[in-house]
Amino acid sequence: MRNLGLDVLLKGTNMLRLLEGLWVSLRISLIAVAVSIVLGLIIGSIMTGKNVIIRAVTRLYLEIVRIMPQMVLLFIVFFGTTRVFGINLDATAASIIVFSFWGTAEMSDIVRGALISIPKHRYESAAALGLSKVQTYVHVIIPETLRRLIPLSINLVTRMIKTTSLVMMIGVVEVLKVGQQIIEANRKSSPNAAFGVYLVVFVLYYIACRPISFLAGRLERKWS
Amino acid sequence: MAKELLKIEHITKSFDETVILRDLSLTVKEGEVLVIVGPSGCGKSTFLRCINGLETIQEGSIYLDGEKINDRSANLEKVRQKIGMVFQNYELFPHKTVLQNITMAPMLVQKKPKAEAEKEALSLLERVGLSDRKNFYPRQLSGGQKQRVAIVRALAMHPEILLFDEVTAALDPEMVREVLDVMLDLAKEGRTMIVVTHEMSFARAVADRIVFMDGGNIVEEGTPSEFFDNPQTDRAKKFLSTFSFDRIEKKDEYAGNPI
Repeated sequence: MRNLGLDVLLKGTNMLRLLEGLWVSLRISLIAVAVSIVLGLIIGSIMTGKNVIIRAVTRLYLEIVRIMPQMVLLFIVFFGTTRVFGINLDATAASIIVFSFWGTAEMSDIVRGALISIPKHRYESAAALGLSKVQTYVHVIIPETLRRLIPLSINLVTRMIKTTSLVMMIGVVEVLKVGQQIIEANRKSSPNAAFGVYLVVFVLYYIACRPISFLAGRLERKWS
Repeated sequence: MAKELLKIEHITKSFDETVILRDLSLTVKEGEVLVIVGPSGCGKSTFLRCINGLETIQEGSIYLDGEKINDRSANLEKVRQKIGMVFQNYELFPHKTVLQNITMAPMLVQKKPKAEAEKEALSLLERVGLSDRKNFYPRQLSGGQKQRVAIVRALAMHPEILLFDEVTAALDPEMVREVLDVMLDLAKEGRTMIVVTHEMSFARAVADRIVFMDGGNIVEEGTPSEFFDNPQTDRAKKFLSTFSFDRIEKKDEYAGNPI
């Protein structure tokens, strides 16, 4: 049988190190996701308001995040700010900031979209039944908005988890970087390790993201 | 003589520069079924929406039970409990079941106990033939069923007057009947109703009085037979003529020359 290079994973603590690396990736993305959801809900609601200045600022913010590759953002925050502003950020903190900055923009756009997709008539039919403004929001508008929100935001979460593979470019030792280190260290003894290690990294990402996209699919079907 | 339930005096409504309703007055007696007809854009839907405060009026007054309801001081939430409204596009709440759609307002607004609200909802659903659909979501219902649920939802609040805003306009033709039958039933029961519709034969059957609106005001009003058989104004005659077709007698001209 062809040597797939899987044997290297059984050497020493290699598998454990990969799992630790996965946790580094997940921790960055989950903290950033939590921040993005909270800020996204707030900014997204503000974006549906009538204030022209707020709308212009938030739109500019969204445009910048959309246009700028995440890696450039990482470089600006990590390499740029330390020299210019003298702030000493460690790589993980810089990653969390960049991912939150990105996630908040995307999340607020999702929230904004969900809110404006609630037809005006929904407010009116609730009002016509004698519901107060607060009752209308609590019992009609917010539950419906959340249903429209959840499939799209779960999709964003998986994208954020996947994109954490970029943070090794600023020196965070996450799952992919650990994988590279294992391959390098065993270049002589297991020359085929690259295949096995990256295969396992792939499987780990799959295990981390699959339940989330599965959930998204289920909710989408349930609430369509 | 039945008492006056709703009294509308000289109301004017405009959006920016466009005047939608001009100096319109109308009185509805208790138990009366009033049908408003008229060309699209004549202001009939806006008129209904002004009655329950979904649109604000610039001038005039609206009284319900002798109480002025278009004041700033008027409690709109209270007023709207007395005025049931059914919309063209059903407007059921998509995330709630049929039963929850119906019991929500009685429980939240009138603080009815859940058991009582549900019991009443079920007996109303029974009346419109939908008790087996109580746990369905709106998306699982046909248009006609949705509209019947929407009517029940309005009835569950025990309104003094019901407003119907072109409730069959979005329905497939074969579903129109089931909704109109429910409304005929309510009319027979002696409910006070204002109905905006394009269904002329239904208007004739259900109405105590027909109001013909055009250009933001009432052009003509009368009993169904007065209005349909002997319209007085040219505008009404022209409007009614759009609902009848003259038989084509010149078929031969097109023979061998299909379009």
